[in-house]
Amino acid sequence: MTTTPAIRAVNLVKIYQSGRGLPVPAVRGVDLTVDPGEFVAIMGPSGSGKSTLIHLLGGLDTRTSGEIWLDGKRADTLSESGWAVLRREKIGFVFQFFNLVTNMTVADNVELPALLGGASPRHARERREYLLGELGLTDRAAAAPAQLSGGEQQRVALARALANQPRLLLADEPTGNLDSRNTRDVLKLLSRVHRQGQTIVLVTHDARVAGLADRVVSLLDGEIVDDGAIVRRRGPGGTAGDVVELRG
Amino acid sequence: MRQSLLALLAKEPAHGYELKQALEAIFGSAYPSPNIGQIYVTLGRLEKDGHVRSVGVEQSNRPNKKVYYITAAGLETLQAWAEEPTEGPRVRDEFFMKLVLAPMTGLSDRMALINRQRRHYLSLMRELGELAERTDPGDRVALLLIEGAMLHLQADLDWLERCQEELP
Ligand SMILES: Nc1ncnc2c1ncn2[C@@H]1O[C@H](COP(=O)(O)OP(=O)(O)O)[C@@H](O)[C@H]1O
Ligand SMILES: [Mg+2]
Repeated sequence: MTTTPAIRAVNLVKIYQSGRGLPVPAVRGVDLTVDPGEFVAIMGPSGSGKSTLIHLLGGLDTRTSGEIWLDGKRADTLSESGWAVLRREKIGFVFQFFNLVTNMTVADNVELPALLGGASPRHARERREYLLGELGLTDRAAAAPAQLSGGEQQRVALARALANQPRLLLADEPTGNLDSRNTRDVLKLLSRVHRQGQTIVLVTHDARVAGLADRVVSLLDGEIVDDGAIVRRRGPGGTAGDVVELRG
Repeated sequence: MRQSLLALLAKEPAHGYELKQALEAIFGSAYPSPNIGQIYVTLGRLEKDGHVRSVGVEQSNRPNKKVYYITAAGLETLQAWAEEPTEGPRVRDEFFMKLVLAPMTGLSDRMALINRQRRHYLSLMRELGELAERTDPGDRVALLLIEGAMLHLQADLDWLERCQEELP
């Protein structure tokens, strides 16, 4: 039996055409299949098309050509409102620049997608309390986004994306603005939801994040130049002293 | 191990077993537990080089044990070690050698080399992440050592990306 992929992109192309300038081919013929429960990290130099690709997969930008299938259903032909429904029901998206609703509290930002998705107010609140707690943000619940640091806003954006327990989590550099300690909270939450079966595709420069993934896809100039599993060479075990050599 | 034993002896005289215990207490899991035989071998060499001396201490019911103490020469060596700059880990790079030479010889292309190396670094990163997870949160020395290794790996990955962008 073959499982239906969570994502299947076929020969996906995005060419930006702005005004009378030259067309910019940002994604050039990407084929990508992601299985349910898989965690895929997308890496690559700046300008290689990572954000464009993840936006295409979330329907936040329209493809120039190619196909996108989500959970076995054709998605690239959906209208904007069709995508909006799909995102509300199935996709959590973390933007590189947060996109929080500025005139709502942190708590409301996180609860909103769950409420829109049909959760009861009580369920939405419990989920929000859990996620903010995991990300060390409990005492920021009543704040407005503008009162938060960049790192805090980014963690709120992650909590919001996970509020609805979406089938698919898409994220664009979700630790890009975080210091070490906050990154650790995000890493913990990502690995926990992944263990619970969450499908994750995220763009990252952070090797600690990529190290959690099952698979890394490398982009260069809009094309996939590598796609493979991240394998452990030795079994789990050993201490810092066995793994890291202290000379002296 | 020479320097760590000298440093411990600079603090106070001790016998072999006490040195082993002290190393374990200071480094936690950051240091592979030194075996007592290795410690005695190292102490023997330090003694031969004049960096430490030992005196036998009488013990009731047991063979005498040796207590080691540091000499002036030992202190001087230790001082020099503490003061000299320590080589960074990046002064030699075998991978870069491969990256520049292999394509010339047709053995491998650069893209494949870089991709393989990236996956290797990421699997190391994964191991370090798991290691950090199972390290006792109170073992600060071990956790800092792991964090240092992770930061180095991150720099290596960033640099791979630069190589991929710049080299034809
Ligand atoms: N809205 C846009 N209009 C025109 N060009 C764009 C637009 N967004 C991105 N690009 C171009 O597409 C390429 C890929 O960009 P992007 O997907 O943001 O890369 P990355 O996220 O890997 O840094 C770049 O050359 C970028 O300048
Ligand atoms: Mg980007």
